[in-house]
Amino acid sequence: MSLSETLLAEEPDAALEPELTPAEQGRRKPLSRGGLIWRRLRSTPRFWVGVGLFAFLVAWAYLGPLVYPYGPDDRDIYNMGMGPTMMHWFGTDSIGMDIYAQTISGLQKSLVIGLVAGPLSTLIAAIVGSVAGYLGGIVDKSIAWVIDLLLVLPSFFLLVLLSPIFTQLSWVFLTLFLSIFSWMIMAQVVRSQTRSLKNREFVKAARFMGMSTPQIIAKHIIPNIASLLIIDATLGVAAMILSETSLSFFGFGVKPPAVSLGTLLSDGTGAALTRPWLFVFPAAVLIVLLFAISLIGDAFRDAVDPTSGANRG
Amino acid sequence: MFVYLVRRIVNYIILTVIASCLAYVLASLSLNPTAKYLGRNPPVDPHSLQNILNKFGVNPDVPLIERLWHWFSGVLHGDFGLAINSEPISRVIWERAGISLQLLLIGSIIGAVLGVVLGVWGAVRQYKASDSIVTYLSYIVFSTPTFVIAIFLMIAATALNRAIGHQLITFTGQYSAGISGGFFTQFGDRAAHLLLPTIVLVLTSAASYSRYQRNVMLDVLGADYIRTARAKGRTRGAALIRHGVRVALIPMSTFFAYSFGTLVAGASMLEIVFSWHGMGELLLTSINTSDINAVAGSTLFTAVLILCSSTLSEVLYAALDPRVRS
Amino acid sequence: MAEPTRPLLEVKDLSVTFPQGSGDVRAVRGISYQINEGEFLGIVGESGSGKSVSSLAVMGLLPTTAQVTGEIWFDGRPLLQLNDRELSRVRGKEISIIFQDPLSALTPVYTVGDQIAEALRLHDRALTKQAAEARAVELLGIVGIPDPKRRVKAFPHEFSGGMRQRAMIAMAIANNPRLIIADEPTTALDVTIQAQILEVLEEAKRITGAAVSLITHDLGVVAGHADRVAVMYAGKLVELGSTEQVFTEPTMPYTIGLLRSVPNILTAGTERLVPLEGRPPSLAALPAGCPFAARCPIAIDECREIEPALISYDPADATHTAACHRGAEITNGELVRSEIFPRPEALVDDEIAESTEKVLEVKELKRHFPLMRGAVFRRRVGTVRAVDGISFDLRPGSTLALVGESGCGKSTTILEIMELVAPQEGSITVDGRDVSKLSRAERLALRKDIQIVFQDPMAAVDPRLPVSEVIAEPLLVHKVPKAERDAKVAELLELVGLDPSMADRFPHEFSGGQRQRIGIARALATDPRILVLDEPVSALDVSIQAGVINLLEDLKVRLGLSLLFVAHDLAVVRQIADEVAVMYLGRIVEQGPISDVFREPRHPYTQALISAAPIPDPAIERARERVLLQGDLPSPTSEFAGCRFRSRCPLYRLLPPDAQALCQSEDPELARHDGAPARVEVACHHVERNTLAA
Repeated sequence: MSLSETLLAEEPDAALEPELTPAEQGRRKPLSRGGLIWRRLRSTPRFWVGVGLFAFLVAWAYLGPLVYPYGPDDRDIYNMGMGPTMMHWFGTDSIGMDIYAQTISGLQKSLVIGLVAGPLSTLIAAIVGSVAGYLGGIVDKSIAWVIDLLLVLPSFFLLVLLSPIFTQLSWVFLTLFLSIFSWMIMAQVVRSQTRSLKNREFVKAARFMGMSTPQIIAKHIIPNIASLLIIDATLGVAAMILSETSLSFFGFGVKPPAVSLGTLLSDGTGAALTRPWLFVFPAAVLIVLLFAISLIGDAFRDAVDPTSGANRG
Repeated sequence: MFVYLVRRIVNYIILTVIASCLAYVLASLSLNPTAKYLGRNPPVDPHSLQNILNKFGVNPDVPLIERLWHWFSGVLHGDFGLAINSEPISRVIWERAGISLQLLLIGSIIGAVLGVVLGVWGAVRQYKASDSIVTYLSYIVFSTPTFVIAIFLMIAATALNRAIGHQLITFTGQYSAGISGGFFTQFGDRAAHLLLPTIVLVLTSAASYSRYQRNVMLDVLGADYIRTARAKGRTRGAALIRHGVRVALIPMSTFFAYSFGTLVAGASMLEIVFSWHGMGELLLTSINTSDINAVAGSTLFTAVLILCSSTLSEVLYAALDPRVRS
Repeated sequence: MAEPTRPLLEVKDLSVTFPQGSGDVRAVRGISYQINEGEFLGIVGESGSGKSVSSLAVMGLLPTTAQVTGEIWFDGRPLLQLNDRELSRVRGKEISIIFQDPLSALTPVYTVGDQIAEALRLHDRALTKQAAEARAVELLGIVGIPDPKRRVKAFPHEFSGGMRQRAMIAMAIANNPRLIIADEPTTALDVTIQAQILEVLEEAKRITGAAVSLITHDLGVVAGHADRVAVMYAGKLVELGSTEQVFTEPTMPYTIGLLRSVPNILTAGTERLVPLEGRPPSLAALPAGCPFAARCPIAIDECREIEPALISYDPADATHTAACHRGAEITNGELVRSEIFPRPEALVDDEIAESTEKVLEVKELKRHFPLMRGAVFRRRVGTVRAVDGISFDLRPGSTLALVGESGCGKSTTILEIMELVAPQEGSITVDGRDVSKLSRAERLALRKDIQIVFQDPMAAVDPRLPVSEVIAEPLLVHKVPKAERDAKVAELLELVGLDPSMADRFPHEFSGGQRQRIGIARALATDPRILVLDEPVSALDVSIQAGVINLLEDLKVRLGLSLLFVAHDLAVVRQIADEVAVMYLGRIVEQGPISDVFREPRHPYTQALISAAPIPDPAIERARERVLLQGDLPSPTSEFAGCRFRSRCPLYRLLPPDAQALCQSEDPELARHDGAPARVEVACHHVERNTLAA
């Protein structure tokens, strides 16, 4: 029994039973669950705002450098410490590095780290959580205990502790470490969802048919918490970018000369008052990126749980 | 009930022990305290190097398990080893703990209260303009790293100070150096220093509490017992406050335990940004100075802090929910 | 006609619409009715008929999104015109309501006493805390809660379901209301508790003199208590009249069909049920004309074009109204009621050969669980003896029913059998093979022979898979090739009465009854010999139940299945089973051929169960003598010396002390008793003295 799993136990996707929303009752041809979620998602403006912003940032990160004369490593020694100009859109730093080019480069790195580490940590959570929840007994107890142990130490601190190891290697390892230390809470959720799914009749029916445990987990448990996992993976992208930025900002993540939004912010902090472009532009890009992902994740969460959209009593 | 609380606490103590031992081992594996003595000019002779390393208990020639045991048995006697500047870690913790706790306590309490109020308000007024504003603001706070909020606030405070031509808001360190005066001057000075970091911490924690509280409250809004209360003759508003909020607070107590770790991490970033010499700063700087004892000691402190908050949240949970008590 | 008295409640042309993007849901469409001072009105309808919504509208408790039109007059005041604050002075004081699920209807964090006192003090500001609590104790006493002084300080979760509902009633009568609305007050309760609660409701009505509006789907409940009955279908009132009129001379074909489809414990088993095919239309896309036309065997063109109004067809009696274009023909006898829904022919059931072969044999089965308490501080507080030494066997081609109330261990028993592993104690033999001695492969092979159908058709199939995959799943497990699987799926769909072309659809596109058929088809995929059914019809609407029961009877005959049937509805059990075993607290208290056991029950518990089952016939229901049980099921963790039914046994209380001593000291074994038919066994020391049912 872990410290807080009890309250994370929501009904697994029960809300997705189309019968629950009178909105859907009227349709002659009922939709499948996926269709239902998609229909609700489609009609959420937040979702489109998020998708629009995110698509724009991705396009910018990869197309932007093609039409810009400076690269992230180029120095313009004639224009050092300049504010934004037509030549250097976001200005330059004290040694003449172009902030626009560096921001794009940092954005690329943040995107890759987020898009890899977020889903990866969800995957770990899904496997660990469903195995623990389904098997129960001693396996469950030990996994719960390990999760508790990892929760006692904030993952930020663990990453800081291990930073001397992975900063010597490449940032790819940073990505791996990020996902290794951030699956715990989600694993708890998956675990409690699995436990309640395990008592659902269709899972019992599968067991009484003679289906094996791995088969049941793969065929009935995971797909039934898929929407939850997708939400987590989406929000995980934002969380990972945030972690990476924070680590790099304090010097525990990406190390110069490699550039990430965190290192840019770190470099710009000292001049935040005197040459704000060094700090404000990367910060704004970061905030817009995280905001877009949060909107997508949250819109998805609302679409999955229709009761949160009903205006009640 | 009492017995089970004791059992929980024993379990927590075991968790703390293992977590801090783990931290010690990880720190010993990843940090290399010898490095800074090598390559010095004039070179440190091997014999005195051995002595120095032994003094700190970080000699890599001694098997790790032995060092761990040495450190751990020291901890049992209240001896956390020496910091890199030869100061006992126990004293360092003693000096710094209050600074961190001050920030954490004020931040988490105000943050929780504000978050609960905003969450309830947002849920009751779901999809009205005020709910949307709170929702979008909380997204923006979520999407902004703690240190970025802090720096933006510092920029704003500087601008404000400049505009009124007076140092109204001060934000470096936890008090002004060399300030003299009576209790109120001292208190006022500390409060002025506390303002910005507290605002940041309150903002970040209130953002996540309010989202969670809003969701819980939305579940409660449709509950049958709210309908019963109204059927008895309560108006909708009164039923929501007296029956709804009271029940919706129950899951908040567990959420508090979960979010506390994030809060601690956030607070330590703030300590660095605002140049506070607290435990968080100790942990982050001691990595850079390869100070294994300081790392292990401050991790232990964090673990104890988090488990205290877990215990508190469980007690709170039991106090709020009679179903758990019986 | 001048009315002598003003009705207490008058609902005029009430409509409730829930606006939705994809078509407004018209939950209630222009209904009008009255309730007079002190009257008992029963409102009957299936789920989605609008019966609850219309009553919540009276209370002003609908969600804010609901659009309510029409008029509601209560004692001369227009309720729809009042705002929330004004309404809140009427609610709980003059009109009170009892909800279906008493667990979720009580706030979990306040004591029962506080919640009753709250109702009192809201309407009487002068009342002191102490006085309110004293009154709460008094009210708990009135509704029959033992030791009310102590119980008043208990939290809702410390109460049993029956006690919670009593507390709800106490709250409802606290301010001596003039109208009590009871919204399915007994649906979540066991049948013996239901009988108790209905008694309490009658008592509450007598004390307060209030009118009662009882909303239910159970015709039997209405038959015994209501003065007048209103039948609702698809948001409309379709029939309204005195209880006698509606039950003996129903005019709307829906009422006729409903009455014929409900199994009746007195007549069940002797004739086949009459199914009411189809499902109610969607409230967001109502067809033109009568909403029942699609299911009505006597519908004419007019029915599909014009919706009939609720009018009287009997010139001599204006009090009985119905909404049917052919109402006049039905009233004057041109259309014979019993011929509108013809009774289907039964398949000829070969007499079960008196074989000694047993497809399933359970001996001294025990299953005990540790009882854990607390969400945060989990600990073992005792042992639940869910199943405590039961033995029975199932003969080929026969149906054995395990009956009993919730907590009696009947579901645990079948889940234990389905595991096909060695039980904690005792033995399970399937097809002559002891399951404890099976290898993995043998167990998998044996699973083909024994399959299960679950209670809730929504929960029993994975919502993500198309129906063809749901049904083929067992075949997949047993590695049947694809072509063979597809053929089998089509065959199975046909067998359970579904169109094989529906194989690609998803479960949510089917109605509850159809989904239960899918569950049955899946269970039959491996050609099992034994079908285990866990409350297969209890989650279905009454009108749907008959079709599924008929299907099970047909399948049994056609495929030579042996059925192990678990249910709490005795009428359903009587309809389908050959043998019955009555369970109480993990034990079988009476078993034998069902006709013998039901005709002349010998154990006091069986007698109480049978007499508590409501019969949809007002004449019989009102004349019945009931064997009422005392109190609730004891805690499943309690340790018993002697007979475990003693605490609630009506016979025990009548016995002289020396006879009681035997009940206290010795646990009765199942045994044959003199004068009982062959194979009837009863676990009671005092069968001979039992005169309860006489």
